[in-house]
Amino acid sequence: MESNKAELIEKIIDALKEKYEDQVLGIDSPYEFLTVSLKQEKIVEIIRYLYDHPDTRFRFLTTLCGIHYPDQNAIAVMYQLHNMVTNQRIRLKIFLPEDNPVTPTITPIFSGANWMERETYDFYGVVFQGHPNLKRILNVEEMIMFPMRKEFPLEDQVREDKSDKMFGR
Amino acid sequence: MQTVSLDNVIVSDKPEGLEGAGFFATSLEKVVGLARKNSIWPLPFATSCCGIEFMATMGAHYDLARFGSERLSFSPRQADLLMVMGTIAKKMGPVLRQVYEQMAEPRWVLSVGACACSGGIFDTYSVLQGIDRIIPVDVYVPGCPPRPEQIIEGIMNIQRLVESESLRRRNSPAYKAMLNNYGIE
Repeated sequence: MESNKAELIEKIIDALKEKYEDQVLGIDSPYEFLTVSLKQEKIVEIIRYLYDHPDTRFRFLTTLCGIHYPDQNAIAVMYQLHNMVTNQRIRLKIFLPEDNPVTPTITPIFSGANWMERETYDFYGVVFQGHPNLKRILNVEEMIMFPMRKEFPLEDQVREDKSDKMFGR
Repeated sequence: MQTVSLDNVIVSDKPEGLEGAGFFATSLEKVVGLARKNSIWPLPFATSCCGIEFMATMGAHYDLARFGSERLSFSPRQADLLMVMGTIAKKMGPVLRQVYEQMAEPRWVLSVGACACSGGIFDTYSVLQGIDRIIPVDVYVPGCPPRPEQIIEGIMNIQRLVESESLRRRNSPAYKAMLNNYGIE
């Protein structure tokens, strides 16, 4: 069973490297979760390729989210894909510049990405080009910030009753 | 089984007035206050755990019906008292405000729990830091969540306000100015 799984992962990496070797930035396996960092340019093409390729067939999008790395001035977008037949998962990561995080949408491949991309836009300001309805999904529409980015403080800034002295702000 | 006799029926104390053989005279204000006080129709606006405490308050053990409030009004148009129980997210703010605006005068507001009163532990970008930022509040019940006894205490304080409120208060310029403060009307 264990060797089977290692074989499976090897096949996935081979399939990926066969066509997109130049796009791969790094392959890692934190907590035994296959993670591939990729260049941003061909991400949609790669996800489509992993969807169709007989050795990968990642046909379910588990989740998609943003991650802010303030020390690298980057906003990452993370995709988690799942092959339901072999029960194999993969995590893909792309890194976008903090001042202009733009990447194409994957809604043509996975319709379920629609709300996930809206959420990522809502909290991190990542613009998914070609998205059919890219607007805020959870926060109030008048909000002018992207609250999960590290430059925005978590606390509500309109409060007067909590002084800095008492609450360590 | 206990037999029901008139001795078991608790009747509200009568207001101050002149009393004699076959008559009782008092001011209209006091009679209206007495009637309103013992028939408050609450509108429960329950968004989280304080709402669960409210359910216990309405249940047989604590039984808010003892205070004349067994009839919940799920339409704001017939409600006298807006009970806000739970965290109000900023996105919920306009909804709460609309519910308040739909209520007919006279109307009272009871803010139950730390979140409704001040935002509570949710000192964060998405939570309204107290409902008194958008609507006027008559009585605050602190606690996280408050026990049913505390909610009843809050209701009884509302009853005291209702009983003693002047019939002309809602027409006064001071009241209008207070509402204008919140941008209502």
